[in-house]
Amino acid sequence: MSTVYHDTKIENAKVELDNVGVTYGSKTAVSGVALRIPDRSVTAFIGPSGCGKSTVLRTINRMNDTIDIARVSGSVKIDGEEINSKSVDPVVLRARVGMVFQKPNPFPKSIYDNVAYGPRIHGLASGKAELDAIVETSLKKAGLWNEVADRLDQPGTSLSGGQQQRLVIARAIAVSPEVILMDEPCSALDPIATAKIEELIDELRENYCIIIVTHSMAQAARVSQMTAFFHLGDLVEYGPTEAIFTNPRDQRTQDYITGRFG
Amino acid sequence: MSVSAITGLALLVLIAAAFYAGRARAVAVSGDKPVRLHSLPNYHGYFLAAWTAIPALAVVVIATIVERQLGMSAWTSAALTAVLSVLAGLAGLSLARRRINTGFRARNHVERLIDVVLLASSVIAILTTVGIVASLLFESLRFFEAIDWRIDRFLFGLHWSPQIAIRADQVGQSGAFGAVPLFAGTAMITLIAMIVAAPVGLFSAIYLSEYAGPTTRRIVKPLLEILAGIPTVVYGFFALLTIGPAIRGAAEWVGDLTGIVALQNAVTQSALSAGLVMGVMIIPFVSSLSDDVINAVPQSLRDGSYAMGATKSETVREVILPAALPGIVGALLLAVSRAVGETMIVVMAAGQGANLTGNPFESVTTITVQIVMLLTGDQEFDSPKTLSAFALGLVLFAFTLVLNVIALRVVQKYREKYD
Repeated sequence: MSTVYHDTKIENAKVELDNVGVTYGSKTAVSGVALRIPDRSVTAFIGPSGCGKSTVLRTINRMNDTIDIARVSGSVKIDGEEINSKSVDPVVLRARVGMVFQKPNPFPKSIYDNVAYGPRIHGLASGKAELDAIVETSLKKAGLWNEVADRLDQPGTSLSGGQQQRLVIARAIAVSPEVILMDEPCSALDPIATAKIEELIDELRENYCIIIVTHSMAQAARVSQMTAFFHLGDLVEYGPTEAIFTNPRDQRTQDYITGRFG
Repeated sequence: MSVSAITGLALLVLIAAAFYAGRARAVAVSGDKPVRLHSLPNYHGYFLAAWTAIPALAVVVIATIVERQLGMSAWTSAALTAVLSVLAGLAGLSLARRRINTGFRARNHVERLIDVVLLASSVIAILTTVGIVASLLFESLRFFEAIDWRIDRFLFGLHWSPQIAIRADQVGQSGAFGAVPLFAGTAMITLIAMIVAAPVGLFSAIYLSEYAGPTTRRIVKPLLEILAGIPTVVYGFFALLTIGPAIRGAAEWVGDLTGIVALQNAVTQSALSAGLVMGVMIIPFVSSLSDDVINAVPQSLRDGSYAMGATKSETVREVILPAALPGIVGALLLAVSRAVGETMIVVMAAGQGANLTGNPFESVTTITVQIVMLLTGDQEFDSPKTLSAFALGLVLFAFTLVLNVIALRVVQKYREKYD
């Protein structure tokens, strides 16, 4: 099924997907997805449950590699470089492409060690002072520093749900990724915590390419510049968020955003 | 057939009859319309059966105790018990039968009865434990009395030689009850066993839960658990006949090459062979429990770590093991208490000499082995020698109790932190 593309010039494409398909065993999750995602902006993936939006997201940092039965076909490029080629080490790739999950998943470590996790395994800091600095900047960027500065040695799990999610974002930022993937980052949070995360996403946009999967169309409308609508394993429509929400061209997109299904 | 067997059978028949009588009576009082009853006819049956059984059994218990006190002959006693219990059952039956009418809440009575039966079962389990501990305690007190309350000599004495001279002119049989050599032997064998079981068990658990594919896992896990099903006596003769001589041969060879006397004097029944084989025996305890605990670590933590660009082993080391730590500590402590209490392997493979030594190539003895030695064969049960077994049992019990309490504490403490 062919995708409807709104004609926008995307000059600074950071991530390019071409004819991407994913199968789990004999079941096809998504097929024929082609997308050019701009840098320094927020792109939202929307669509009803099971439409394959999270699966597509997970092709961008090769998280599907961790599922035995998942097979990815097609081409995914970051800065024009094919990430599915044999020469790319997924472990190194994931340092460039951070990911934030649906449920906050701080590690069973202190707040400090949670943020220092990435820099430590990738050897990004040459000493304690440098590591301290990375932790502080990351927590500041994630808007959490003021709340936790005096208790960095406490377990990450002692924070509230919203704080935990910002901690996880700080952890992702700490390795200076270029792309940040967010898989329904606010679905386990209350409205106030959600507002904080959305504010944070808006700030992070200046420096990162952010791709967010969301079930909330209001959230997509608030935080994103580009929107891709998925339905039953197909990319249905892709274009500027405003155009998708005010002037959808495919009937299914229109039905979904007006709340007729999903 | 003996009189008591006939009594038992008669009571069973009576109880069954009471059930049917109760059911029939309930149907009768409802005027053949059971719907009018508060409780289903079966409940009236159960109610009547219970009130037949309880007085009858109570009489059996009381009569047995009282008649023994009175010193009746066995036959009279049994016959009297039979008559009295059947009478009591019949009395209970007829009294309870009068209560049956349409409004009678037999269902609720049965419910309360079930409550009592369940409570009684758990009380029996607790009372048995209390009884065992009490018997350990009192026999230990008798032992301490026999050694003139020198408990310090028992706990800290360095010489264990429980044989006591029967005649005053026998020499060399003074009877010394210093248990330190036994504690040291137990500790050494447990340590050797844990050195084998902890890493092997933990690593195979990590392999099974994180690295192995579903097919490998399906084959390897049951195979590993077969180890737990091998009888300990089989491990024992494996240690005695295969591992022991092999270790001795190897130690002597190395000893001759290097001139280390401790190795040259290696014996077949050594702490090392018992410890190694015991270690193999408890591998499945460690691996199976740890595997469960590791599997319980949420997938979201693994995803989070992989998404940070961590490799599998980094994820295991930095995220999964810390998250699973309380459970793993619990598994290890359980393995330790299993090793401390293990008897058969050490009886066969570690020897009996109560040597106080740090050399694993010598033969040592453990608390459990000495208990076996003290209580098997012809013994008089009031000599300090046999009584000392109870004191050793008490020490063993106290140790495993403390170990379990610590394990629980550790688990609770970390669970608060990480959940």
